[in-house]
Amino acid sequence: MAGAEMVRLEDLRTNRALSGRKHLLSILVENRPGVLARVAGLFSRRGFNIDTLAVGPTDDPNISRITLTIDGAVHPIDQVTKQLHKLINVLKIRDMEPEETVAREMALFKVSAAVENRAEIVQFAEIFRAKIVDVSRKALIVEVTGSHDKIEAFESMLRPHGLLEMVRTGEVALARGSD
Amino acid sequence: MRAADALMQSLMAEGVDHIFGIPGGANLPTYDALVDADLRHVQARHEQAAGHAAEGYAQASGRVGVAFGTSGPGATNLVTAIADAMMDSVPTVFITGQVRTELIGTDGFQEADIVGVTLPIVKHSLLVTEAAQIPEYIHEAFHLASTGRPGPVLVDVPQDLSKQEIDYTARTSPVELAGYRPNLDGNLKQIRIAAKALANARRPVIYSGGGVINANASSELRELCLSDRFPVTSTLMGLGGFPSDNEQWLGMLGMHGTRAANYAMDEADLIVAIGARFDDRITGKLDEFAPGAKFIHIDVDPAEISKNVPAHIPIVGDALRVLPKLTEEYRSLQTDPTRLEGWWSRIAAWQKEYPLAYEPGEDGEIKPQFMIETLHRVTGGDAIVTSDVGQHQMWVAQYYGFNRPRRWINSGGLGTMGFGLPSAIGAKVACPDEQVVCVAGDGSLIMNVQELATAVNEEVPVKVFLMNNGYMGMVRQWQELFWSERYSGVANGPSPDWVKLAEAFGAKGLRCDDEADLEEMMQATLDADGPALLDVRVSPHENCYPMIPAGSAARDMVG
Repeated sequence: MAGAEMVRLEDLRTNRALSGRKHLLSILVENRPGVLARVAGLFSRRGFNIDTLAVGPTDDPNISRITLTIDGAVHPIDQVTKQLHKLINVLKIRDMEPEETVAREMALFKVSAAVENRAEIVQFAEIFRAKIVDVSRKALIVEVTGSHDKIEAFESMLRPHGLLEMVRTGEVALARGSD
Repeated sequence: MRAADALMQSLMAEGVDHIFGIPGGANLPTYDALVDADLRHVQARHEQAAGHAAEGYAQASGRVGVAFGTSGPGATNLVTAIADAMMDSVPTVFITGQVRTELIGTDGFQEADIVGVTLPIVKHSLLVTEAAQIPEYIHEAFHLASTGRPGPVLVDVPQDLSKQEIDYTARTSPVELAGYRPNLDGNLKQIRIAAKALANARRPVIYSGGGVINANASSELRELCLSDRFPVTSTLMGLGGFPSDNEQWLGMLGMHGTRAANYAMDEADLIVAIGARFDDRITGKLDEFAPGAKFIHIDVDPAEISKNVPAHIPIVGDALRVLPKLTEEYRSLQTDPTRLEGWWSRIAAWQKEYPLAYEPGEDGEIKPQFMIETLHRVTGGDAIVTSDVGQHQMWVAQYYGFNRPRRWINSGGLGTMGFGLPSAIGAKVACPDEQVVCVAGDGSLIMNVQELATAVNEEVPVKVFLMNNGYMGMVRQWQELFWSERYSGVANGPSPDWVKLAEAFGAKGLRCDDEADLEEMMQATLDADGPALLDVRVSPHENCYPMIPAGSAARDMVG
């Protein structure tokens, strides 16, 4: 006879629904028509906001990887992942632990660069290990790769010089170590 | 073999014996193959109704219901039934014709992107892109529709592909899908904790839902409930999962449930939710729902657990497998048999003070509640009852008294008016030896009344008991109670003449407007050869009580 006294109702707790931080989900899906629409449709129908989204192939041609970031302060991540798991074409979901993850984003910035401030922009680019990939008479295109925060910082440095256009990829990520 | 014939072979291999549907251009090959297949096709008069008939078939029998529709409007007409099957977790497979592959994306005649349209309302969908996929997709569809949490699966078949020749060999191995492995067993450690929590509960309530019926776990539910004197209530979808004539039954829960059931949830210290999803019609105001309770939540769909109400003891599994283990664990514990006495005396006081009740009719007036009680008597309380949506549906739920599972078939989640008649046809096709009655509302019945033609032509002897109050009664009730009696769009007027309408379809039509004749007229309707409709003129302004106003708490029940 196990002791019933071991589970007291007043001691029972629920898990907190909101984590309060940004989550990066790495989702392996079958590479089939319409899978991205299913994932995107699920987010829109359940009212979950995707902050960034990146989709691409993996080493297996039958499998694609969707990497997306979502705000865990607003959305219960547990509910998001459980709903995603219900999609038949979703094979695996990994909620990446920030400390154990290498996450990168790429951005292209087109900056207005008159002769007098061109040197300064090139200098910023060097500090951020960014590359000048296109030069014209009045503008430069700068390519930068790095963490989400680094891209944000670089953007804030360039903005005062006249940011003409920009594009960011959304984060991609892999877990550190061998697994 | 022609792919359309392979489709038929695959359906038969899945044990299909009946299909509900309507042909059209894009599914001509499928209908051609049907000529030689050993399957009975029930020709509906609207694809929505074919879909609801497939649902009724599935809910009555527990087997997968199948509906066919052609491309474009045929497919979009199925949408309401697909959404309905999704909300109520009904195992169904919908097979639509699609335009020829070369026309897809060109806005061809009768082209609709039905896979796209239905994405948010299917368990899964499959668009055939190569003819050889057809048999494989049919088996996948049946596997997905019927396992785990059941639901609708759509297979969209382009016309040209179903005409192609393919190599067909009957499938012998079970379907395996990498992204789909429902967890059925339930974590034993969690089940033990749940048993111990139950042993320490002083005010427990068992709250069961449609999942118990879907899992065929009604006797397992009864075993658990009777392993102690646990009070039991259920959702609308769960009725019949626990016998209503048992003394531990509190009545239905939720917006039009009994006070005893709602008050018990309100004061409970432990609630065991089984195959139920804490819908807003159950919880009312979420912040004030069962404020003193801890929750054990058993469900085969992990996403339902902690979706609306955070669970203290989550158990992912099939009720059929989890409940016997929970009962066994509970029985192995030393429990204090007297600890529930105080709780039961509190419940008994509510039951005594607030029974379901209504003022009897005067001068032969037929009260709707009386109509349902009379129907219970003439059918021996054991008919398969389908309903439409509205007041009559709630009165059936309150007054019919279901004692067995799969006797109560209605549209709970989506609330689809017009569900009753076609689902009754489906149920009768599935269970030809059972008495199948449809309790309809006059607002709802007309939405799919064309199915009387199906019932007559296909010789499906369903009996329709029309609760005719001349209104969209539930909407009228809300306008009366919550919109200052500003009635808008709710009076149905004198048309149609239901008796003549029934007769025009070739069914028997009867009318009753006196309480004294009701039992006899109902019996005559049941005894009629073939489909029959009894137009019962009930009190036009009766309201359905008790009621928790939308967004209110259980303690604020009215009526």
